[in-house]
Amino acid sequence: MSAIANEAPKRIHPHKFTLWVAMGSIIMMFAGLTSAYIVKKNQSSWLEFDLPVVFMYSTLVIIASSLTVHLAAKAFKAREMARYRTLITVTALLGVLFMALQILGFMDLEARNIALTGAKSNSAASFLLVITGLHMLHVLGGVIALLVMFIKAYVSSVKNYSSLSIELVGTYWHFVDILWIYLFIFYNWIG
Amino acid sequence: MSNEAVLHAPAGAGLHDAHGDHHHEHHHETFISKYVFSMDHKMIAKQFLITGMVWAVLGGLMSVLFRLQLGYPESTFPWLEDILGKWAEGGKITPEAYYALVTTHGTVLVFFVLTAGLSGTFANFLIPLQIGARDMASPFMNMLSYWFFFAASIVMLSSMFVEFGPFSGGWTAYPPLSALAAASPGSGTGMDLWLIAMALFVVSSLLGSLNYIATVLNMRTKGMSMTRMPLTIWALFFTAVLGVLSFPVLFSGFILLIFDRNFGTSFYLSDIFINGVGALPNEGGSAILYQHLFWFLGHPEVYIILLPAMGMVSEILSVNSRKPIFGYIAMVGSLFAIAILAFLVWAHHMFVTGLNPFLGSVFVLLTLLIAVPSAIKVFNWLTTLWRGNIRFTPGMLFSIGFVSLFISGGLTGIWLGNSALDIHLHDTYFVIAHFHIVMGVASMFGMFAGIYHWFPKMYGRYMNNTLAYLHFWITLGGAYMIFWPMHYQGLAGMPRRYYDYSVWESFKQFAELNRFISTVAMIVFAAQLLFLFNFFYSVFKGRKVTTQNPYNANTLEWTTPINPGHGNWVGEIPEVHRWAYDYGKDGKEFISQTTPVGADESSH
Repeated sequence: MSAIANEAPKRIHPHKFTLWVAMGSIIMMFAGLTSAYIVKKNQSSWLEFDLPVVFMYSTLVIIASSLTVHLAAKAFKAREMARYRTLITVTALLGVLFMALQILGFMDLEARNIALTGAKSNSAASFLLVITGLHMLHVLGGVIALLVMFIKAYVSSVKNYSSLSIELVGTYWHFVDILWIYLFIFYNWIG
Repeated sequence: MSNEAVLHAPAGAGLHDAHGDHHHEHHHETFISKYVFSMDHKMIAKQFLITGMVWAVLGGLMSVLFRLQLGYPESTFPWLEDILGKWAEGGKITPEAYYALVTTHGTVLVFFVLTAGLSGTFANFLIPLQIGARDMASPFMNMLSYWFFFAASIVMLSSMFVEFGPFSGGWTAYPPLSALAAASPGSGTGMDLWLIAMALFVVSSLLGSLNYIATVLNMRTKGMSMTRMPLTIWALFFTAVLGVLSFPVLFSGFILLIFDRNFGTSFYLSDIFINGVGALPNEGGSAILYQHLFWFLGHPEVYIILLPAMGMVSEILSVNSRKPIFGYIAMVGSLFAIAILAFLVWAHHMFVTGLNPFLGSVFVLLTLLIAVPSAIKVFNWLTTLWRGNIRFTPGMLFSIGFVSLFISGGLTGIWLGNSALDIHLHDTYFVIAHFHIVMGVASMFGMFAGIYHWFPKMYGRYMNNTLAYLHFWITLGGAYMIFWPMHYQGLAGMPRRYYDYSVWESFKQFAELNRFISTVAMIVFAAQLLFLFNFFYSVFKGRKVTTQNPYNANTLEWTTPINPGHGNWVGEIPEVHRWAYDYGKDGKEFISQTTPVGADESSH
């Protein structure tokens, strides 16, 4: 639109702002679920069990991916495109690895005869599945966003100097990272 | 386009601007991009409005059908079998169909009409126009928001045509009726479709609200500080904040419900025996947990419905009283207070669920606190009207009607907010009367006020005033005649959602009152057809608007061309120099927001 240049200078890009509000919205969803978890825990027939050990590794993986996405943004701003492409690829792969480890965690619980769904399930385990699963979906969304950027970085013949996309994805990626750390702390020490 | 050229030639918009606009208007606009997958906020607003109208007619018709059963329980209507088939065998609505109608009426009116139809229409239409923006922060997300709503509508509509009918366990969808397919006919496919439709609806609502917030905070024109915004924008802003914070919680409640329905988990289910199925294995779940999650949305939802109406009414009352709104900052403050309190009162829907009485008393206190900001708003509306030079336009009449309904319905809220009185009043017709007046009809009045007031801006034509006056008086009188008597029924203990009161010794006495209510409901429904005719006739054949600012109003939407194109303003967006309510100041009838503050006047 031709007239955008006429408007008053902005402090924050509207899309970034929208992302922050959206993250607030996502926080509300997880706040709703974790408070339901607390309410349920204080009622009868709550099953106590140890978290899968593999969740520890997945935590390390997602922290590492936060680091790589941060470096990717730096590389983009420095116009080191080869480095940038490598780093977003690594980030996406770490995201996929994270999801795989979470699924291993679910399988570990099932192997210990702690049913996540079905007639024999206890809502303690079902909660773990639902909350962790929803978080995985949010990670998946980040991976898809990275894939789109990856394709753009290779295919597009037009040079793009705007760092907006990588900043948006970076912010979101750190957000799902911190969200998982919160959930991890919540499962272990709060809930 | 000729309009714009004519209007802006004397305003000194140079050749360059006129040319720029010309180019802009014509660039690749096809029927599809202009009317279907439009990214213009004004067109999206109209799409929301028309879809909302379709739902209002369907939802209203449903209420007429179940009122027919309540008013004439011993009669049969053969034509009912023609339209409802097996759901009205022999011309009498079956109990299953009655519950399906009640449930769908509630869901449709609360979410599809008064949330999407009201917020969707006016947030989209008014936010960019009144803050001075070319469009939303993200027009694409805005378009997605409408199409998610459209998809939700299609799924909800299709649920009415499946074999065992739509969901019929009440619009709140409490488990176990909503969680077990075997619990009732509508709990199977009907409930699956209900959940899909509501999930799509939540996505639509979130996409829309995110956009409204980002637009209000980031896209205001030069000089439009937050405290210069019209109250409509403040109200729509708080509405969007409420939506963004409460719909995700509903969504998490729905996710747990989906797991209970489809994956055998026990979040909400415990110790259940179904006739014909036997005992269920689910152990340890809590149906009350769902109610907490539902009402954590459910109560803010009430304000999501009401705040846009409050905002539009504030604006329309001020414009048509030719006076500044009384207590602008108090109005903003009370909107803020309502938005905060909205999150702290949800358990007043659950006083009789076995809630800890101490906790209950906290919620009583917080609930009654809402009376404070509400009373501030009512006081300010009345003082705005006081000694005003009132123009009784249809929009103004509906705004005054809104204030009347808000007072009448708000006062009964003080009764229901008391946990002790609630022991008697919960789930009676008193509750129905309360929320229909204060939230349902009042917000419909806000919506009608908005449509009548901004119709000239939407379509460049006027609606017919005579038909509008008829519509107003029948609707106002009818609304009171329908819902006022229900207070008495409720006080006498008449429960809601019963199929046939004539078989109950205690409620037989209300047979004639029920017939009266049903008759008025039909008349009021017919009056809405008058409105629809007026609306659609005027879109095509109404008297054309010939002046840019027909109401002599101050806000920015009246500085755009009569038929604004995509981008709203030809040339530069005007700069704002003052608040929106300089009516009757310094001997001037009105001073537009774009007029610089003169040397001899005080600024705002």
